[in-house]
Amino acid sequence: MLLTISTVSSVTSRPATDLGFLLHKHPDRVQEFAQSFGTARVFYPEATERRCTAALLLDVDPVRLARSHGKTAPDFSLGQYVNDRPYAASSLLAVALGDVFRTARTGRCAARPELAEAPMPLEIRLPALPCRGGAALAHRLFEPLGWEIAAEALPLDEGFPEWGDSRYVRLALRGEVRLADALNQLYVLLPVLDDAKHYWLAGDEVDKLVRAGGGWLAGHPEKGLITRRYLGRRRALERTAFARLAELGDDVEEALEPPVDEEVVPEREDGVAGTDVGDPETAAVAEGLGEHADEHTSEHGGEAPHDSAASETPDGDATGPEAVRVPLNVLRRDAVVAAVEELGARTVIDLGCGSGQLLTALLARPAFTRIAGADVSTHALAIAARKLRLDRMPDAKRARLELFQGALTYADPRFAGYDAAVLMEVIEHVDPPRLPALERVVFGTAKPAHVVVTTPNREYNVRYDFLGEGRAMRHPDHRFEWTRAEFAAWARAVADRYGYRVAFRAVGDDDPDVGPPTQMAVFSVAGERSEGDG
Amino acid sequence: MVEVKVPEMGLVVLVGVSGSGKSTFAARHFAPTQVISSDFCRGLVSDDENDQSATPDAFDLLHHIVGVRLRRGLLTVVDATNVQWDARKKLVELAKSHDVLADAIVLDVPESVAIARNAVRPDRDFGPRVVARQSKDLRRSLARMSKDGFRRVHVLRGDEIDRAVVAYERAWTDKTELTGPFDIIGDVHGCRSELEALLRALGWEVGAGGAVHPEGRTAVFVGDLVDRGPDTPGVLRLVMGMVAAGTALCVSGNHEQKLVRALNGRKVTVAHGLKESLEQLAAEPEEFQREARAFMDGLISHYRLDGGRLVVAHAGLKEAYHGRASGRVRSFALYGDTTGETDEYGLPVRYPWAEEYRGRATVVYGHTPVPEPEWVNNTICLDTGAVFGGRLTALRYPERELVSVPAEKVWYESVRPLGAPKAGREPGALRIGDVSGTRYVDTRFGGRIKVREENGAAALEVMSRFAVDPRWLVYLPPTMAPPETSTLDGFLEHPAEAFEEFAAAGVTRVVCEEKHMGSRAIAVLARTPEAAAKRFGITDGSAGAVYTRTGRPFFGDGRMGELVDRLREEARPLWDELVSDWVVLDCELLPWSAKAEELIRGQYASVGAAARAALPDAVAALSAAAGRGLDVGDLLERTRRRLDNATRFRDAYAQYCWPVSGLGGVRLAPFQVLACEGRATAATEPHSWHLEVLSLLTGEPGGSPEATTDRLFAPTRHVFVSLDSERERAEAVEWWSALTEAGGEGMVVKPVDVVTGRVQPGLKVRGREYLRIIYGPDYTESLDVLRRRFLGRKRSLALREHALGMEALTRLAEGEPLWRVHEPVFAVLALESEPVDPRL
Repeated sequence: MLLTISTVSSVTSRPATDLGFLLHKHPDRVQEFAQSFGTARVFYPEATERRCTAALLLDVDPVRLARSHGKTAPDFSLGQYVNDRPYAASSLLAVALGDVFRTARTGRCAARPELAEAPMPLEIRLPALPCRGGAALAHRLFEPLGWEIAAEALPLDEGFPEWGDSRYVRLALRGEVRLADALNQLYVLLPVLDDAKHYWLAGDEVDKLVRAGGGWLAGHPEKGLITRRYLGRRRALERTAFARLAELGDDVEEALEPPVDEEVVPEREDGVAGTDVGDPETAAVAEGLGEHADEHTSEHGGEAPHDSAASETPDGDATGPEAVRVPLNVLRRDAVVAAVEELGARTVIDLGCGSGQLLTALLARPAFTRIAGADVSTHALAIAARKLRLDRMPDAKRARLELFQGALTYADPRFAGYDAAVLMEVIEHVDPPRLPALERVVFGTAKPAHVVVTTPNREYNVRYDFLGEGRAMRHPDHRFEWTRAEFAAWARAVADRYGYRVAFRAVGDDDPDVGPPTQMAVFSVAGERSEGDG
Repeated sequence: MVEVKVPEMGLVVLVGVSGSGKSTFAARHFAPTQVISSDFCRGLVSDDENDQSATPDAFDLLHHIVGVRLRRGLLTVVDATNVQWDARKKLVELAKSHDVLADAIVLDVPESVAIARNAVRPDRDFGPRVVARQSKDLRRSLARMSKDGFRRVHVLRGDEIDRAVVAYERAWTDKTELTGPFDIIGDVHGCRSELEALLRALGWEVGAGGAVHPEGRTAVFVGDLVDRGPDTPGVLRLVMGMVAAGTALCVSGNHEQKLVRALNGRKVTVAHGLKESLEQLAAEPEEFQREARAFMDGLISHYRLDGGRLVVAHAGLKEAYHGRASGRVRSFALYGDTTGETDEYGLPVRYPWAEEYRGRATVVYGHTPVPEPEWVNNTICLDTGAVFGGRLTALRYPERELVSVPAEKVWYESVRPLGAPKAGREPGALRIGDVSGTRYVDTRFGGRIKVREENGAAALEVMSRFAVDPRWLVYLPPTMAPPETSTLDGFLEHPAEAFEEFAAAGVTRVVCEEKHMGSRAIAVLARTPEAAAKRFGITDGSAGAVYTRTGRPFFGDGRMGELVDRLREEARPLWDELVSDWVVLDCELLPWSAKAEELIRGQYASVGAAARAALPDAVAALSAAAGRGLDVGDLLERTRRRLDNATRFRDAYAQYCWPVSGLGGVRLAPFQVLACEGRATAATEPHSWHLEVLSLLTGEPGGSPEATTDRLFAPTRHVFVSLDSERERAEAVEWWSALTEAGGEGMVVKPVDVVTGRVQPGLKVRGREYLRIIYGPDYTESLDVLRRRFLGRKRSLALREHALGMEALTRLAEGEPLWRVHEPVFAVLALESEPVDPRL
């Protein structure tokens, strides 16, 4: 809500109050600017020849904020009314800053043209800056731009010290920077650091980013992250019904989000391994900044812990430094496809298809004549549809694929009638007491000739650095991770109960001590020909 | 007058050339919505009723509409020429595929009349050749139409067409006007002595060749009176007498069917006790043999009784076949649905239709011997193998009581041992069809409630990813509305409006219950794991569950088991008090932070932290500006107030947080006994009863829930208020003010006695400081704006969800199957994802 910009005059330069010319706001006036979500005011707490401070104070009206999006505003969540927007230096402050200092951001100043062109001593303070990624990320974003930065984490509640720090930092930036650049940097980086969902923002963000990023974004080492987060806000799918239920249960929506894209796959030159099918908006930004789209793709650093993608990719294992390391999720997907192919299955259903990684691979093989993907999360299905480019898929290919919502604990006639069912990294997301229901639905009711199940091997977790202190499992939504013996015992019991035979396979580097990172069980109806039967 | 009798439910196919007056005839005798014409459909698909190129599409549409109507059991009239055999054949097949009868009405008018009529209609510009061709087709058809598959072909000629009167024939199976009470009797198989004993046990006066019940009850036999047993003629004589006297109904069993065929001299395999019947009947006088044969021959496949709420068929009947007539309906009713396989004893494997049954009608049947009659999805099999030495069983309807007498001896050896296990739907299994798509849930307290597909989808995700085992999930709490908005200075909500609303609804006495600020919790507790297995079908040794408003277990870690065990221990006084070995309690789990810590930290504490960091700086900046002589208006003053508001906001949420270690610090405050064995107490008992019973767990309701104690159960403070007493109202307002000023969330005002209809089951009146958590720290600055709130949707939602909750509990108490309980519970969760102002 509050931003102050100060400057001091040095011996050779003009009076500090020239800041008023550059900002196009008179130091002796209090000026108001109406915003759709509140009122912005600019005033000067100090204005002397030596030192001049301009304050941008944004008064956010939560009620107006919730209504500012008109009829399309999803009136669903208390978060719309009780939120940090009225206090934090959020993306709303960036919007106000962009509007109030529109002229200043262009670097035009008829009164002091040479001053507007030159770097000047600036001090910028933000008492409560939401900063996802912590003070360290603020350092990484501002330091390359020539700022000296002080970022102090704010405690959440002094009455509950065990709660630790909040997501806010008190930020102070000092540096010799051209004012227009400083304003544009704040305009872009405040929402990037905030990284909150913005149901109320829309508009042509690509153009805005290109315009505001001119001159500094192209050379920024964190350009990829900045672009992705800046644009990513708009891509958030509105999950109002789901969000309401999260709130009802005193849960945090993000914590309930389905486990899609647990592992982000670094894109390779040939594009084979990449799960992300390229993003036209990112490309448009690159083009706008005068670059080639390929340059800023693979970066993962600095993201908050739950984007643990890169870290789950086995990187501590024994493959030589020269070897091209294939990420585990690609190995797993390929292993599943190979298993299903060896079984001679022509029709396959992917139970718990998530964002459709396996479906993409299956669709690429014409031998699979009918493919279905089911997931309980409509969010995951929407992502899958987008990644598969369902809306642009040729009819002949489209006709082979079916996507629908289904839950593995509810018997479903749509699950039946396939040669093989795949449960790839699915069972560990089911509470153990609910597994018998899943077994009944898959093995008892749908009863395909073959079932392929993969799940993490807990023994291998010792090879992951990111596991250990405070984090026992590979994904927060995992309800369990099994050793090889536990998985085998479960699989054999299921096979016995439902009349299947089962064989086991390793997926990924098969460590002599702890086994492979992923374990696979291939079930076949007893009597059915399967792998190894010759 | 020429009477044309058509089936009350079924298909009527009009046949006649263009210009024969079919549409006029249809308009005179049937409702406009009952008549589907090919011209109309042609118009729908082409915007031109005479566009012949649209004919194939038009008939596709016509067949679709007719199919949907027949599936829904509606009389449907097809107005098209239908002069060609294949056109009629498609319609007859459509009727067959929906198991309804089809009649044809032929309007046979002279060609010249038809041509003359067409000539005066500008839209019929085709020449007389078309009519001539149709006429030729009709002539050819008339000779053979009786073989088309119609039940009847009515041919009307000349003035018969104008004099015709359409009459409706009810289906033979339709006895919906009979409301009973009924005594439905299982497979007798010639066991006359047992039958007489059973009838006497049911209070019947049995005489020679008949029986009457002093209370006028009607017996309904499920068939298989004959074969195997010692006295088939005796059984027939008694039942025939009762049916003739109007004291009994009887549907056909497969054994009657086969016996008739044998008696008619057809070649049948003499097995399964047929020999005994033939021998016994041969010893009877010829006249009795003839009567018995006629009686058995005239038995029909099934009856719909009691307004359609009861269906009796020998082998049961799936819902799509109720009241329908076709070969496969009869075959299903007589033999059941078989898979085509045979079991190890050589008997046909039956398809478990009852496990998929979702109908509203109770279906009572026999045919397959079972050791114990058991309700499966509102169906029950009464064949308890009397002739095999089991029992002869009757069901009293509507009382739903089972009465049985033991067999005197084993009259006939069964091929398959009685009670041999058979495969079937596990009671804990649910189907996607139980919950998905747009659904309508019938409730006895709030009518039919719609659940939209997208809300169901969100609920499915939350339910299947996070909820406890559905067998524990017998209830989810409904939302609750606040009262009308207060106009009192400084208040958005106040008890006065709640009292006023209930008084206006005719409620005389309410209870004000402290609204604990924690997390709503439903506790399902069983006395022992065995009791849990018996009542809930949970066999993993657990004996209870405590879950949130979205069905999520509290304490995903091992603490759940400990919590349940300690609650069961503390709940011991309830078992005797309620005469039940299980109970479902509606509670609040404290502190709020026990469940919601992540939410509090991420949302509430964060807002507090940001506010308390930014506002002092803003105050300082504004002070400096004011010090420079700038006119900052009232902004400085306002920002100071906001800083104060932010502090109050922080204090408000901090009230509801205290550290918890293990279960230390956790309390559970129950305020209603939702259900126990045989009783949905939430739907039947007044709140005075609930609070009284619960005081057994919590002691006297005086202490505050935060008090240090080893006990998990915490009291719910409350006061009763007679609404006609101004003094009691004023005292309750005082009580509420004290409660909320001390940091309490507020209170819930409920009518003491169970209310129905549009009266809210409760209204929440929240305190001024608590509402900062809901409306934001600064809500007190803009009360005038916030007073314009709209309660309609919230109130409607509260009523609908309450009705669903009561329905779920009642179904649970009545022992209905899992999917029936799950249906309204799931619907509550789905409705909770509907968009309503979340601050209400």
